[in-house]
Amino acid sequence: MPPENDGVPKRCCSPAVSVDGLGKRFGDRTAFEDVSFEVAPGEVFGFLGPNGAGKTTMVRTLGTLLAPTAGSATVAGLALEPDNGVRIRRRIAIMPESPGLYTRLSVAENLAYFAGLYEMSDPAGRIGKALAAVSLTDRANDLCGALSKGLRQRVSLARALLTEPQVLFLDEPTAGLDPVAAHDVHGLLDRLRDRGVTVFLTTHRLEEAERLCDRVAILNTTLRVIGRPDELRDRLFAKTLLVTTRHRLDQPDLVFTGLPGVQTWRNEGPNHYLLTVTDLTLAAPAVTRALVAAEADVLSISEAPHTLEDIYLHLIDPTTTGTDGEEAR
Amino acid sequence: MSEISLQRVRAVVGKELREYRRNRSLLAGMTIIPLVFVITPLIQAFTATPDDLRDGNWLVYMLGIPAVVPTVIAAYAVVGERQQGTLEPVLTTPVSRDELLLGKALAALAPSMVVAYAVFALVVAVIDLFANPSSATALLRGPTILAQVVFTPLVAAWSIWIGIAISARASDIRVAQQVGILVSLPSFAVALLVALNVIPANLTTAGLLAAALVGLNVLGWKVSASLFDPERLITT
Repeated sequence: MPPENDGVPKRCCSPAVSVDGLGKRFGDRTAFEDVSFEVAPGEVFGFLGPNGAGKTTMVRTLGTLLAPTAGSATVAGLALEPDNGVRIRRRIAIMPESPGLYTRLSVAENLAYFAGLYEMSDPAGRIGKALAAVSLTDRANDLCGALSKGLRQRVSLARALLTEPQVLFLDEPTAGLDPVAAHDVHGLLDRLRDRGVTVFLTTHRLEEAERLCDRVAILNTTLRVIGRPDELRDRLFAKTLLVTTRHRLDQPDLVFTGLPGVQTWRNEGPNHYLLTVTDLTLAAPAVTRALVAAEADVLSISEAPHTLEDIYLHLIDPTTTGTDGEEAR
Repeated sequence: MSEISLQRVRAVVGKELREYRRNRSLLAGMTIIPLVFVITPLIQAFTATPDDLRDGNWLVYMLGIPAVVPTVIAAYAVVGERQQGTLEPVLTTPVSRDELLLGKALAALAPSMVVAYAVFALVVAVIDLFANPSSATALLRGPTILAQVVFTPLVAAWSIWIGIAISARASDIRVAQQVGILVSLPSFAVALLVALNVIPANLTTAGLLAAALVGLNVLGWKVSASLFDPERLITT
């Protein structure tokens, strides 16, 4: 069963992807094990983890390229079984990390080949739509070997969009792209979200996951955590207030100790104080009043942000925060 | 074996042929290799006596073309896709292993047969036009020409399955092509023995060899399919 309270958006329909105790071993080596989660229809689901964590293997397994060695799953409403391989592949699309284009063929010829493999009835129309979606209509006759990496990535995305898939698996879609090209891909993913396409996104770019994904899962052979980024922050980190004053406080201990909602405090540089709080709505006004009473020149009082990167490092590399990550199961 | 979709097979054939046309090293191989098998029959036609020519079957020597050329093409089939990184996207589509391999085999068969028949026709024309008429008569015998027509696709298909099987296990295109040529030599050796009349060229021999090649082709398809393991191909 999926982990409890994993924040699966409540929708009317059955999950687009449902994974239960899934595992994949290559001989003695475990790619991933005992992984369970659900992805709702129309959700953009981020799958994060370090190199070798099993992300690509998970995508290949759900895409029917690899057979799982344990557990079960449904993809696009079909059980992940060898007999369903072709039917599942008709409902999904996978964009691998490497664009995988025939460099001696033109953009249109590459897409025409895949349209043929899907036995499309109106290949020209579908190719035109897919190219328009990635703004490559004017490059249709260019040889893929002559395209930049960013353009090849867009062709690869166009190929994935040819079939109008129910579930789109994107494996590191912005890997190696410059910021402008990555921004274009982000825009495209936003449009896919608007169209209600379920997107399963693996990425190393944590800011990308934070911006694009409804929920994220962090995998490191086993599933470490799953949820919305803001939920994960609340679950994994205590709330903190960062106070900045113009001058160093003479007796900060007298100012901060015993205030309602404030648990502990420590110096974060000469004029900065980090307060661990239980309730921001209680602590922030109390801290403000105490600072005014101490005649401190307050420059700012703000909630200290925890990014998805903090969560990731907290779970994947506990030495950076000194605590072990919370297990998803 | 799952049901074969002709539309998907056609898509594979079309794509492969487009790629071959634009692959210079492959085109060079398809041009140069046939020359090796043209030299001996031409030398024989212009130097040997008609009696000597009647004792051998020198045109059968040219079955070396369908024995070797398709291996060079087919050896590219799987490992070429792996090196380009295109195999994984293809395997994410509904195409089945049999459809993919059949498409690749047919795509390799078509140019191989065109090259083999075209070069054979050219050699026959040169001998007919320029060799001593009695030598030409001794060399250009109906059964020999018929054997070339019948055995070209059979030998080519067998070489293609060898090439695809090697390609499915190899990790480098050049190595696959070199090993493929080496493994296709026994087919050529049989043709050579027939050309030298060591194996008697008669209807029985032709029938046995044709039946053996049909069997080997069925076996070749099955072996190639079993060696085409998608899990290994995309993870190693």
